[in-house]
Formats: sequence, C-alpha cells, structure tokens
Amino acid sequence: MSIFVDDDTRVVVQGITGGEGKFHTRQMVEYGTNVVAGTSPGKGGQDVDGIPVYDTVEEAVDEEDANASVVFVPPAFAGDAIFEALDTDLDLVVAITEGVPTQDMAKVNKRLSETDTRLIGPNCPGIITPGEAKLGILPGNIFEEGNVGLVSRSGTLTYQVVSNLTERGIGQTTAIGIGGDPIIGTSFVDALEAFENDPDTHAVVMCGEIGGEDEEQAAKYIAENMDTPVAGFIAGRTAPPGKRMGHAGAIVSGSGTGTAESKISALNDASVPVGDTPNEVADHIEDFL
Amino acid sequence: MKLHEYQAKDIFAEAGIPVPESRLASSVEEVMEAVEEIGYPAAIKAQVHVGGRGKAGGIKIATDEDEARQAAEDILGMDLKGYTVDRVLVEAGVDFENELYVGVTMDRSEGKPVAMVSTEGGVNIEEVAEENPDAIAREHIDPAFGLHPYQARKVVFEAGIPRDVAFDVASFLTTLYDLYESNDASDIEINPVMITSDRDIVAADAVMNIDDDALFRHDDLAAMEEDAYENDLEAKAGEYGFDYVRLSGNVGIIGNGAGLVMTTLDLVDYFGGEPANFLDIGGGAKAERVANALDMVFSDENVDSVVFNIFGGITRGDEVAKGINEALESFDEIPKPVVVRLAGTNAEEGMEILNTDLVQVEGTLEDAVQRAVENAQEVSQ
Repeated sequence: MSIFVDDDTRVVVQGITGGEGKFHTRQMVEYGTNVVAGTSPGKGGQDVDGIPVYDTVEEAVDEEDANASVVFVPPAFAGDAIFEALDTDLDLVVAITEGVPTQDMAKVNKRLSETDTRLIGPNCPGIITPGEAKLGILPGNIFEEGNVGLVSRSGTLTYQVVSNLTERGIGQTTAIGIGGDPIIGTSFVDALEAFENDPDTHAVVMCGEIGGEDEEQAAKYIAENMDTPVAGFIAGRTAPPGKRMGHAGAIVSGSGTGTAESKISALNDASVPVGDTPNEVADHIEDFL
Repeated sequence: MKLHEYQAKDIFAEAGIPVPESRLASSVEEVMEAVEEIGYPAAIKAQVHVGGRGKAGGIKIATDEDEARQAAEDILGMDLKGYTVDRVLVEAGVDFENELYVGVTMDRSEGKPVAMVSTEGGVNIEEVAEENPDAIAREHIDPAFGLHPYQARKVVFEAGIPRDVAFDVASFLTTLYDLYESNDASDIEINPVMITSDRDIVAADAVMNIDDDALFRHDDLAAMEEDAYENDLEAKAGEYGFDYVRLSGNVGIIGNGAGLVMTTLDLVDYFGGEPANFLDIGGGAKAERVANALDMVFSDENVDSVVFNIFGGITRGDEVAKGINEALESFDEIPKPVVVRLAGTNAEEGMEILNTDLVQVEGTLEDAVQRAVENAQEVSQ
C-alpha cells in the first residue's frame, strides 16, 4: 500500500511547457506515473509528448479527469498556480517550485484551510510510491518497493537516506518531501498519521532540520499516537545560531525550540532514535524490521 | 535580506512613522558635523547586522563634543562580533517616559503573520519571551484581510499600553503591518518604541528583514542590497544568488539543497573537521553556477580543502560535472584539493565526465567528507 498517491492518481502538470516541467514530465511518465494533462496559459491545444496541454487547470480536470497536480510554475506565479489548483477541488497538489514568497504562501495557506485538498510543498521534491507513481523531481531509480515510509523537509537529504536504505535492500512504501519553507501544506504530523494508518508501513524515517517547531510537534504526536516505530535525523547541528532564523521566531513561540538540540531531545523523549549520520538512521530502521 | 537600521528608518519615515532626526557617518569628522547639526544628547550607533549592539559597545550616548569624538573614535573601525564597523548612525537622543516593544513577523507554525506588543521594551525581548511570555501580547493576522483596526486595538489593550497613548500605538501598529505586507518583510521589530514626555511615539530602533524570495517585485529594496552585506564574500554570494554563510573552519562545502548541505557540515564536524561555510547551489544548477560556487569557496582564504556533495533530483550530475571541469581547467594550478561525490539524476554520466586529474572522486557521502577532512588536515599542517 501507500499514502496519498498510487497507480490510480491522474496527474496534471502545471507549467508543462517550461524546461523543468517538460523534463520532469518525461521522467514521471517513464516512471509509470499517469500524467493525463498539462497546463500552460496561452498554449492550450498543443501537446508535450502526446500529453494534451490546456490553458487552465479546470479544463484539464474536466477533460481528462485529473485528480492531482504537480506545480512547476516559476516563483512569481506559483502562488497563483496553487490557488488555481485549489479552486478545482483536486485531491492533491504537489508544489515543486522553490522560492515562492512567504506572504504568498500565507495567503495560499489560508485558502487551503477552506478546502479538502492536500498540498505538499512548496520547495519540495514531491512524493513517490515506488513502483506505482512519482509526482515531482525525485530520482526514481534510487527507490524500491518495500515497507518503510519516509518523510523529510529536505529533498536531497531524502535521496541520501533512501539510497542508504535501498543499498541494504530496504524498500519504501511512500517517500514524501514536505519542503523546508516556513509555510508548507503537509506537515510531519500529517504524513506520520497517514503512515501510522497504512498497514504496509512497518517503520518510518523522519528527516528534519533546524528552524520552526514542526519536529517538536511531530515528537509529541509520535509519543501519543504511533505504534509504528520511527527513526529520525536532524540536519543543522553545526549551523551557526541566529544566522538563518530570524530571531523574531523565538519571540513568537516564547521557547527555545527550533535548534537541532531541542529537536533531537524532543524526538529522543518520544523514544525515537536519531542518527548522527544518514547511515546510522538506516541502522536504526534495520533494527526495527 | 537584512536592512540596516538607517535603511529601515528611511522606510519608516516615508510611511509617516516618527523616527529621531539622524545622519549617517563614516568618519570621525562626519560624526562631528552630524552632532553639530543634531545637537546633544546624541546616540552614536554602529550600523552592522548584529544583535545586542548596545551591550557590545556599539552604541554610545554623547552629551558634549568630547564624548561625541570619543564615541566616534571608539565605534568606527571596531570589531563587533566579527564585523568591522565602517558606518554609524548619529541620532538625536529621545527623552522618553515609557519603552515598548512592537513587532510583526510570520508565525510559521500557524502559517500567519502575528503582531506582538509589550510594555517591556528596551530590554532583551528574547529573555522576556522565554521567562514571561504573557508579557508579550500576540494577535494573529489573516493574510487575506490584513490587520483589522479592532485587532490592533485589542492587542494594544491586552499588552497594557497606557490608555492615553493606546489609540496612537494601535495606529502605529497598523502602519507597521502595512509596511510589513507591502514590502514583503519577513519581520519588522522595533525595540524600543519610545513614548516621550509629550506622549509622542518615536521608533528609536528598527529591525527590518525582507523575504529574499520576494525581492523580484521590490526594485527599491533590491537597490539597497549592495549596502546590506557585511563582507566581500557575502556580497559575492548575493551577486551569484547563493544561500551562503561563512563559518570559521577550513573545509569548504558546496552542495545542493539546504538539508543535505547542513548534513555535510554536520558530517565534517562528526569526522573531526571544521566547516568553512554553508553554500547551497540550489536546485537545477547549471555549469556556470557550479563554477561560481567554486569561485566563492576558493576566494575564502580560510579554506584548505573543498568537498562537493551533490545528490541530483532536479539538479543533473552531468551539468555539475561540466561546471566543475570548466572551473578547474581555468587554473594553472588548482588552489585547493577538491573531493566530489555525485549521486542521483544523471550521476553516472557526471562521473564519466569528471576529470579525475583535477578532482578526487568518492562514492559515498561519508568517504567524501572524510577525505576532505583529511585533505584539510594535511594542507593546514
């Protein structure tokens, strides 16, 4: 089994005629993903490798029965593209675009809360259910079908940990990069909950990083709600304090969250072992299985 | 992008937020000219991006000419937490009765902006947040509608702002939120906002950070960018559009994706080395970008060895390999040993392209980092 995407997912690629959109549509199709349509305003009626292009997402949904979209639209227009997707009641929107202004995402987040659509990203590598479908830019060849779920804030760190797992013959149910931006659609807790409810997921890897307090919230969720074992990794132990995080964040929460230390200790308190290296995370997962 | 205090205050003044009269000065003579125009007492404030400037000796109050000259001599050229002070803001002193803290920032766990007001201004507000969080009133803002006037009043009354200035502080906060939104700020903080004996409100300090991802729609702010950097390498990183942080070690690190680059830093530390920098070339980097990254790291005189850690998704290994070759071929002698680890999209093609006379190639992350740490140790011996 899997979470969020499978063989039946019918995908529209927003921004299919752009360089990245075109390249990764080919990669997705090659992987076996059911890409049924693309959009590119003003280029409706054309096609990309036989995939019909529409001017609007609404047309793509009406004509091709798409139920998920992948957004490859440049940052300046990505917020608008996500709004467009949300207005068609898709089940899932995966926003790959990096560099979407935070205030645009705050508006998207508000709209999202009024819909039933699941948003993954932005600034994420996407989601893959090995052997079935991938929505995004993840390199398909490093994944393998199996029973470990993976959720990560960092794309490239996802690839690293997955390759550590796959090299040992440990496959994955679904892997999701949720994105590292301040405002994202799907959180660790959302993904962990879905993995907990998936009978085929026997263990979960959670890769976090400094900043925000998503990992601390996830630790709380794991302690209270999960039977499936989780192993963690936290990037940024050596990151200089205050360099990347505006200090106002600490004033909002009024607590010392957001550091690697606070995240690691929150996870340890929830009985989640945290690896010092990606390889050690794979060791922990091996122990669970 | 962090704005300097003087840059933020220019923006405030334009929006009608009262700020003290001030002049920017970069020499003792300029400071003396400025105090002559402004009068005493005057505050002389280092313009560098570090918190706690006052405690670190970067802010001094002068009540006469001798003190002004002394302050200018002390502060200009001083090293403030690693940054050399080359400019000061000379500002008229404010005779105040109350000090407030007012801020607007993004609350990432709520996904909404939040306005914050406290009567405990003028001190370390982070400590207040930690020890007495209730002393800071907070109000979340619906980004679709902005800060409603009733919300501004609510947070101001909740904070216990004196009634005779409450409406003025509320309208001050509304202006601040408008600035936050219209400039795509990531946060704005004023600590302290001063209430004078005439019950006027003055922004005595100004912290304003802009969302880099939104600079494309703010030409006016982008024009301030050159002035916003602290050192040559950061300015260079800004020009190239890299996420870059300079650190104190000697192992230069280039990678793609913040999480993986941070992990590489952590592993350098784990294997007994010290990272010299964080450099994320971002997603989908082409050959030229890779060459620029190498140029950045080679220009840091602290760097003794370099490790490239690329796990391609949207980034393609062959492009990266071409970039590395092109950049290194331009040298008669490669300045520092370079270890490369390529995985993911088109990694095999990349490995074939890499010129192994120019770089050392390793198959795993651990091996690459260990080798780079060893290289650095050899070079520094």
